[in-house]
Amino acid sequence: MKSTELVQDYSRYRSRRILFILLVFLGIIIVGMYAVVVGAAGISFGDIFRVFTGTGDPVSEQIILNIRLPRVLAALLAGLALSASGTVMQSLLRNPLASPFTLGISGAAAFGASFAIVFFGSAGFVLFPWLSDQYLVMFSAFAWSMVSTGFILAIARYRGATPEVMILAGIAIGSLFGAGVSALQYVATDVELAAIVFWMFGDLGRAAWDDVLVLSLLLFPILIYFSLKAWSYKALQSGDEFARSLGVNAFRVRLTGMLAASLATAVVVSFYGIIAFVGLVVPHIVRRCIGGDDSFLIPASALFGALFLLLSDTVARTLFSPVILPVGILTSFIGAPLFLFLLLKGMGRGYWS
Amino acid sequence: MNIELRNIEFAYDKTPVLQNINGRIEPGQFVALVGPNGSGKSTLIKCINGILRVQKGEVLLDGNNLETYGSNRLSQKMAYVPQTEQKAVPMSVFDAVLIGRKPYIRFKPAKRDMEITADILERLNLASVAMRDVNKLSGGQQQRVFIARALAQEPEILLLDEPTANLDLKYQVDVLKLLGSLTRQGITVVMAMHDINLAAMYSRQVMMMKEGQLFASGGKEIFTAENVEKLYDVHVETIHKNGTVYIVPDRIHSI
Repeated sequence: MKSTELVQDYSRYRSRRILFILLVFLGIIIVGMYAVVVGAAGISFGDIFRVFTGTGDPVSEQIILNIRLPRVLAALLAGLALSASGTVMQSLLRNPLASPFTLGISGAAAFGASFAIVFFGSAGFVLFPWLSDQYLVMFSAFAWSMVSTGFILAIARYRGATPEVMILAGIAIGSLFGAGVSALQYVATDVELAAIVFWMFGDLGRAAWDDVLVLSLLLFPILIYFSLKAWSYKALQSGDEFARSLGVNAFRVRLTGMLAASLATAVVVSFYGIIAFVGLVVPHIVRRCIGGDDSFLIPASALFGALFLLLSDTVARTLFSPVILPVGILTSFIGAPLFLFLLLKGMGRGYWS
Repeated sequence: MNIELRNIEFAYDKTPVLQNINGRIEPGQFVALVGPNGSGKSTLIKCINGILRVQKGEVLLDGNNLETYGSNRLSQKMAYVPQTEQKAVPMSVFDAVLIGRKPYIRFKPAKRDMEITADILERLNLASVAMRDVNKLSGGQQQRVFIARALAQEPEILLLDEPTANLDLKYQVDVLKLLGSLTRQGITVVMAMHDINLAAMYSRQVMMMKEGQLFASGGKEIFTAENVEKLYDVHVETIHKNGTVYIVPDRIHSI
């Protein structure tokens, strides 16, 4: 084979991966429109058109603009954040089991939410009069997940930011906060206990325009940062020393990458609760489709995760309509068998494939 | 470009690993770094590359201290092939080798980067597997991928940490021949190695390391039974055949 042919071959391979990204994007638009239309209250495509041209009736306007649309956007943004974070963490930690929750983020957020529910339940208004109950829980979940992240990054700074140190520290912190949640549940009243359990189901029914706005403002800089660092992440996949020989500061790149991924995850979790498996499984599905080159894998995973969560949420809303299931239950129901299937299919191919 | 090592010292925490290393390597030289496990070969290679910072002394490239080169510029001059990767990279061979172009790429690889990559794959007989996953290749092919990735950096100096470990005899010879041909193109090759006979066969300059110090250095003529016995603390005998000396463990003492 001549090398010019090889370049052409490779260019075609690159185009195929770009095509994959475009197809997923198309899928998002199609499913997104369907998700606005489908649901307990009947809305038609015509209604969407009329609402956006300002001639719709007030009821469908209310449903589309204040209920369906923020929920669809929240699903997309949360899926984007969780999958992009999962992909980056798997590359940075060179571990297929890394997920947005690796640094104990879900455990810490659950602890934070329970903490606010148990201790500030009704006292919240007195202590923080400008915060509503809901925001107090959100804020506490976020603060505690950043505490856990900060703690692990501090250990990593002190002990060397190797993947092993960060993963093990994450496991330890995760179980510590898990015990904390159990302790709080033990002392909680029945009502508080119900609130804790309810919070822990990841649920996009909490979506509102405010958090959609916050999410997008935070996510887009992080995604751009990830894309700019894709070449460093690729070098890191072959080991820290090799990365250093390519001029990559392995320590700093890993630390800032983990911080950015944790930040994105913590915000999603504190808004919507724990949505499991998206960040773990989506990178594996996409890696199977287009390979592990971070330049393509990060954007493709991010978009595929958005599509996956939107689909899951749409199914969760319509499966037992008018009863709406929390999407966090459904992602695990879809995610776990899918992950097992991938694992079985991947046998003998090296577990990183 | 030439490499000069001046009084290099390096320690992990308080344990000294390298002490008092001096040496000079000319452009296009083929250097074998030999010595027992733990003698500091890998550490020396990492110090020359700047992956580890020497604590005393200095590494000079063309007379300038290593640290005066920016990390990106350094990675255009010098490439490193690590000792067997702990986990293969989950991407295609072409993608993996293209990573070596990182010092020249800001965001998106240019046509030139792909052409250079394709050319190297061609030269290293990897063209037919270019679109396959690295982790589906044999050990010998993977090692060639990692050498190809280093060559994509267009380095003047190539540092390899045991490039023939885990390879069968044919692949070992293949890799060494390849490295030899690179030195004829003016690339300096410095490699750590365990097989002293293969090292003697292919290299032109030898640095023997023991307990973090340079035990002996010079041309191939320093591969004497006496030196090797002292270096590895084993009894050896020499076999002379067709004008070449082979050093093997002494049969009486080894069994």
